[in-house]
Order: sequence, then C-alpha cells, then structure tokens
Amino acid sequence: MTIALNGEEVAEKIRGAFPGPVVAADKAAVIVTNQSLYQVAEFLKNTAGFDFDYLTDLTAVDYLDYFEVVYHLTSLKHNHSLVLKTRCYERGKPVVSSVVNLWRAADFQEREVYDLMGITFEGHPNLKRLLLWEGFVGHPLRRDYL
Amino acid sequence: MEIERYEVISSDEIDAAEALRINSLKEASQQAIPDPDRWLEEELRRNVLLTTVDYAVDWARSRSIFPLMFGLACCAFEMIGSAASRFDISRFGMDIFRWSPRQADLMIVAGTLTWKMAPAVKLVYEQMAEPKWVIAMGACAISGGTFRESYSVVPGINHIIPVDVYVPGCPPRPEGLLYGITKIHKKIGKESIKTS
Amino acid sequence: MVIKTEPFILNIGPQHPSTHGVFRLRATLDGEVVVDVEPVIGYLHRGIEKLAEGRTYTQNIPFTDRLDYLASITNNLAYVLAVEKLAEVKVPERAEYLRIIMAEMMRIASHLMAVGFFLNDLGAMMTPVLYMWREREKLLDLFEMVCGQRLTYNYMRIGGVSHDIPEEFLPALKRFVAEMPGFIDEYDQLLAGNEILLVRSKGVGVLPEELAINSAASGPVLRASGVKWDIRRADPYSIYDRFDFDIPVGSAGDCYDRYWVRVQEMRQSVRILEQAIPQLPEGEVCAEVPRLLRPPVGEVYGHIEAPKGELGFYLVSDNSIAPYRFRIRPPTLINLTALKDMVIGWKVADLIITFGSIDVCLGEIDR
Repeated sequence: MTIALNGEEVAEKIRGAFPGPVVAADKAAVIVTNQSLYQVAEFLKNTAGFDFDYLTDLTAVDYLDYFEVVYHLTSLKHNHSLVLKTRCYERGKPVVSSVVNLWRAADFQEREVYDLMGITFEGHPNLKRLLLWEGFVGHPLRRDYL
Repeated sequence: MEIERYEVISSDEIDAAEALRINSLKEASQQAIPDPDRWLEEELRRNVLLTTVDYAVDWARSRSIFPLMFGLACCAFEMIGSAASRFDISRFGMDIFRWSPRQADLMIVAGTLTWKMAPAVKLVYEQMAEPKWVIAMGACAISGGTFRESYSVVPGINHIIPVDVYVPGCPPRPEGLLYGITKIHKKIGKESIKTS
Repeated sequence: MVIKTEPFILNIGPQHPSTHGVFRLRATLDGEVVVDVEPVIGYLHRGIEKLAEGRTYTQNIPFTDRLDYLASITNNLAYVLAVEKLAEVKVPERAEYLRIIMAEMMRIASHLMAVGFFLNDLGAMMTPVLYMWREREKLLDLFEMVCGQRLTYNYMRIGGVSHDIPEEFLPALKRFVAEMPGFIDEYDQLLAGNEILLVRSKGVGVLPEELAINSAASGPVLRASGVKWDIRRADPYSIYDRFDFDIPVGSAGDCYDRYWVRVQEMRQSVRILEQAIPQLPEGEVCAEVPRLLRPPVGEVYGHIEAPKGELGFYLVSDNSIAPYRFRIRPPTLINLTALKDMVIGWKVADLIITFGSIDVCLGEIDR
C-alpha cells in the first residue's frame, strides 16, 4: 500500500532543516511559500528517508483569492507519497519557480498550467502555450473566464 | 571540404503564422455553410440525350469511391472497424482508404473538430479534386456533440466545409456508417456530367 | 570544395497515417538523421476540464469515456474510484468483481490495438491489425451484451455499476477466456522470430531507467525500462489483492521490450479473468447513493493502472453538486516527455516506430 505521509510530520522535518518556508501543514498536505519552493523540493528529493524521485502530478487550482499550485510526489523505493502546495496571491501576474531541473516530468505539465491558468514558471526553458494556439486571448481554466 | 550550416526559421515564427491562420479562419466561419443541393435541380433531368450517359457515369463513379481517412477522435475507430473484416467496406468498392487528398474523392470526417485543427481540414478539402463529397460522422462532427459549449470546439464541420451526408451516433455503429455510404451512392446517382 | 547543408524542418503533420490521431511532430532533420523533435499538441483540446465544472458528478462519467477511447471502462473506473474515496461510499461485492472483469477485458482489447498498430508502423501493412481486430470484435460483442455500446461504455456508476450482466454473458466469456491463450500463442509464433521486427526494434528508442523515473513514465513504458512498479501491486485498489498475477518487467527499455511487456500483460489479464469468473458472488450491483451527490469539502487524488499508464483524477469539492476542480493526470502526455532523448541520432523511420511503441491516445493527451 502506498502510504500517504502525514503532512504535519513532514513539516516538522522540513522546519528542522530550514526554519522559514513552511506556511501551514495539515494531515493531507504541506504548504510552503513561493520563494522557497525549489529549496524544499530539492530537500524532499535528495534526503534519504524521503527520496521523492517520482513527480506524479503537477496542477493548479483557482480559489478566487489565490492560485494554489499542487505537487503530488511519490517515492518508488519506500512506496510513500506526499502532497506539496504553494500559493500565489497576485492575480495579475502569478509567478512560481519551476522544478524542471529536479523532475523532467514537470516540462509539459508546467506548460499546460501556464496555458490554461496563466501562472508563469521561472526557469522553464520553453514556456509556450501547449494546448491552445499562440493567438488565443485569455486563460480558460480560470474561474472568471466567460 | 567545408560544410557550412545555416540557421532555420525558429519555431516561434511558425507558431505565430499558424495562430494568424486559426484566428482569421475563426472570424470567417461564424455561420454554417448551406448543404450542397445541386441534385435537386429538375431542369438537369429533362435533357433526354444525356440521361443514359449520366446513369452510366454515375453508376461507375459511385461503385468505386476512394475514401479519405480523416479520423480525429473516437469515431475514427468505428470507421476503421467498418473497414475491418467483419463489416467489410470493400464490398462497396471502397477498401483502399487513401491518406493523400489528391487521390481521394470522399472525405469522412469522424470526430470532434477544434479551431486549432480547422485550417488543416480546410486545406485538405481544397486539395481534393472535383467531384468530391463529405460525410460528417458522429455527433461531434455534426454539431459539436457534448462539447458544443466549449471554448475551442467548432460547432459542426459545416462551418468550415460543405457537408453532403450526416451520420448521427456517438459513435455510430459501423452499420450506420455503411447506411450513410449507401445514401452517398444515391446522391451521386442524381448528379449530371454537365455540372460535375 | 564547399558543400552547403542546412537542417530541414519536416512537419509530420496532424493528418498522417502513423500519428495515431491528430498529433504533430516538428522534426529537424540533418539528412535523414533526427536532430531535434518538438511535439505540437492541442488539435483535439475540447476543454473537458472546464466543461466538467458545470456538470454533476454523475454527468461527468460520459466525459471520462472520451478520454482514452480505446480503453473507456478503465477511465470510468478511475473517476468513480476517486469520487468514492472522496464521498466514502462502500461498493457491494458483486459490483467489485464485475468491475475487475470488465477492466481486465478492456486491458486485453487495448493492448491488442497497441500491438497491432505498432506492427502497422513497422511496415506490416494491415495484416496484424486485422488479425488482432478479430479478437477485439469478440470482446466488443461481450461488452455490447452488457453495456449496449461498442466503444464508449459509460458503465460504471458511483457506488457500483449501472446494471447487472445478462445470462448469456458468462458462458460466452468463459469460451473466450479458454480460446485466448491459443490466439496469443498464434501471434507469438508468427512474430517472435520475425527478423524485421527484431532488427528494427531491438536497441531502438532506448529509455534508460533513471530517465524513465525522472520523467514520471508509467505503465508498460516504465516496466519495459526495468522498474517493477504497477499500481495494482503497489497501491491496490478495488479487490486486486485477492488475485494472483505476475508483473512482466523488461530489461533494455527499447521498442521490442515495450511490445513484449504488452503481450505478456495480455496473458496475465487472462489469468486474472480465469480466477475472477468462478468467484463472482450474488448480490446487488450498486450502492444507495443520492441522485445529486454532495461530497464533503476536501480533495482527493485517485489513481489506477490503466492500460496506457497511471491514470489519475484530482478532484476538489466544495460540497456542491458539481466538482470545483476536475483534473485528469494523462499518462500518455507524461510518457511523451522523454521522446526527444529517445530519438535523437536515429533516423525518421525509427522516430515513427518509437512513437508508436509509446502507444499514445490523443483524446487523453489533449483532453
């Protein structure tokens, strides 16, 4: 059985390594700040005992006050999983750092989130629209489109 | 021996050119094109000298149509199913599905058409030589289907190209497609060599 | 003497016999050798994720059929499992067994198509496809007996399945299960020693193990590269832990291994069916679920082992009748991430068969 790790315990370990990033943690997920996302992701990937080498899913949700980018991580070696989240509060120009250098799987998924939600990923080598054409105006999956 | 290498055009330029084509086609296709109804004109029928020649030519044409495989989505697999050994489409003389539009005369559009794909459909239709016919197969090709309200779906392929026969279903059974093909045979039987 | 050369961009366009749907590849070629490959998708983007936010949970089940249209039942199953996890609905035993039987039949049908079209791309013009289609027609007849449809079934419901099987289904299924290993042996005999298949696919399009894990490949693509990860074993859903089956794992990660893994998986599916059919209990086929289901506030990620990989649904609910966010994790889009590394340095013909061996389905990539 893939064990879903308890967010609070993982948050304790992250706070042990870096004091700043963790904003909130409940049983299901760990929420970190925007600026420290790359650091925390690298820590989760490289630390023995976590070894999150498989990025299962990368997506974004539009709660009207903020955008939430959700990462589902899995470790094939230990067979456990974790949900990592981060929030962007600027509606006009939301920016998150890209994790393509850690997990190649983020390549197409970040392009899709940029296309449909409008969140820019810094550090992505080829951030273009994926599913819609270049001249399309707007980001359809936002809650205030149409 | 030296080898000089040149730069190619960048993919951004290709994308921008494609975007221009898609947006201009979307502006131009807001109304449905009326279905072709040449076969309804009665005066063509009155010329006695040509009727037997017409009959022979139409009979030959309808029994050896070359279809163009334009499967876009799920309906494509029912189209391939009608060409497989159980619902044999080669009993109607149509067993070689051509992939090149220059060699085909019937275009079966099966599946959902999106605005991004629309210029390609129009280009392929224009590359076919006259006389040519179009079958719209499946609910998505007829009117957009379940995806009609979406931001990126064309509400029916008759906004882009004129359609002769509509085959409803989601997806239609292979027998349904074969019934649509017999209707095309009847429609070809009413054509005259004067106008085609 | 100076020879001028320039790289040439070839557009393997959306309408093409080997692209398995409306998929476009912009390949930069130097002579016949591939230098760069850029996939362009979106020609079938129908906006399912946005449309689903305006429909109830049960009304979204037909949308999931149209994602991977060669394996519709497993899509339905993944979505329904995710909603049941969110709303905490318990499924009766007979429904669980029926779901497993349908899912494994669907896996056989989907792999038959994958193998048939892979051989089509290699050049065996339509012969393997027509042979595989013969068995697929038998399976489609069985599905039609139960669901009434040949391609987009809409059979699963939240809490079970939509209706019970008729009497003639089980004898026909037993006949099919008894004959199927014989057919797989027939295909093996025709193809296993075939020189063209071996020369053209062994060593071609290699996906090394670390890259496969890093680019989150799943399904037969991951298992052919040597990683033993199958969701039916690692995170069992429904009642898979009661059945005894093996997980075929390849070693080299090339096109031949991906073909071999699929053929072995068909044999294992027949084995699961042989165990499940005698154990089918009596009972109801669907739990009591309110017509307009309102799950509690929360989110869930439910995943299954679909024939093409790990299909997952991430649902966010705000206690209303429609989902707040309906996200589909497409296995084939993520399997395509490493396509560039697999084909650079090879020729155009190898590009076509490598792409064919990944077995994509455009409805799922574009949604």
